Amino acid sequence: MSKFSKKKKGTPAISTSSLPDIIFMLLFFFMVTTVLRETELKVQNRLPKASQLQKLEKKSLVSYIYIGKPKDTEKYGVEPRIQVNDALVTPKEIPNFVYAEKDKLDEVERDKITMSLKVDIDAKMGIISDVKQQLREADARKINYSSVKAVEKE
Amino acid sequence: MADIAFLLLIFFLVTTTIASDKGLSILLPPKNDQQLDVKMKERNIFKVFINSNNQLLVEEQLMSVNQVKEAAKKFISNNGRDPKSSESPQAAVISLKTDRGTKYEMYIAVMDELKKAYNELRAAYMGITLAEYLEIENDSKKQNAKFEEAKKAIPYQLSEAEPTNVGGN
Repeated sequence: MSKFSKKKKGTPAISTSSLPDIIFMLLFFFMVTTVLRETELKVQNRLPKASQLQKLEKKSLVSYIYIGKPKDTEKYGVEPRIQVNDALVTPKEIPNFVYAEKDKLDEVERDKITMSLKVDIDAKMGIISDVKQQLREADARKINYSSVKAVEKE
Repeated sequence: MADIAFLLLIFFLVTTTIASDKGLSILLPPKNDQQLDVKMKERNIFKVFINSNNQLLVEEQLMSVNQVKEAAKKFISNNGRDPKSSESPQAAVISLKTDRGTKYEMYIAVMDELKKAYNELRAAYMGITLAEYLEIENDSKKQNAKFEEAKKAIPYQLSEAEPTNVGGN
């Protein structure tokens, strides 16, 4: 009879030998998806919410312009400023920035450059229209007002 | 082994910023020194003005942001019925004017509502829902004849005037 009596078995411990594999898999996932921030933000940047968003197509064709209140208010004051790359600039310097960005691209793609405006919600339209005027001047006419997806309210 | 991997994993978790690469796209008009005198019928222009107190004036009427969409839709799809409203969607132009003191948040909210008006009309034209329409619009690889047709039938025509300077900086 003892032949059929069940052996007492606890649940076997989960093997941890594959744990490194799982962790590595996660690691690779994050390594691939990570975009290291190229520029350090010197201005406040809370993006507005919108619902009818369009995706930016090719990342390499996109240049970013940040507008907002400087973080270091003692040094730069409280009025919204424009940041490109790592420096705060005046609207007059924007065409030069656009030409430099265009130089980085292939000749055939230069007309397709898109400027992504990352503007803080508290900024005023005055500075934005100055920037737009300068972008027209530099013939970078494709613009995208960066914004985050709003939750649809009924 | 797992410890090192964990360490790296946590590093990347912390440094990752999922890039937001979405937004409202517009195309600026080309640089033009001489003023072009474009003749347009008054009825085909839908005037939207936001003042420096973030108040909205639509066709000479005070409105709140969530009323703009319906007004714009009514204007675009008028097709000549109301003699004060647009003749056809192709002729209809929305003119958006701001002040230098207008808040950016308000401007984007209004732009979004206007875009939504167009998108809903196009979606209705194609016989699909708004969500499906947005999916098609964002899928650049797939050619969609119906989408192109809707774009042609209801073109997105938004003209931005130079801002006034009342609440300037």
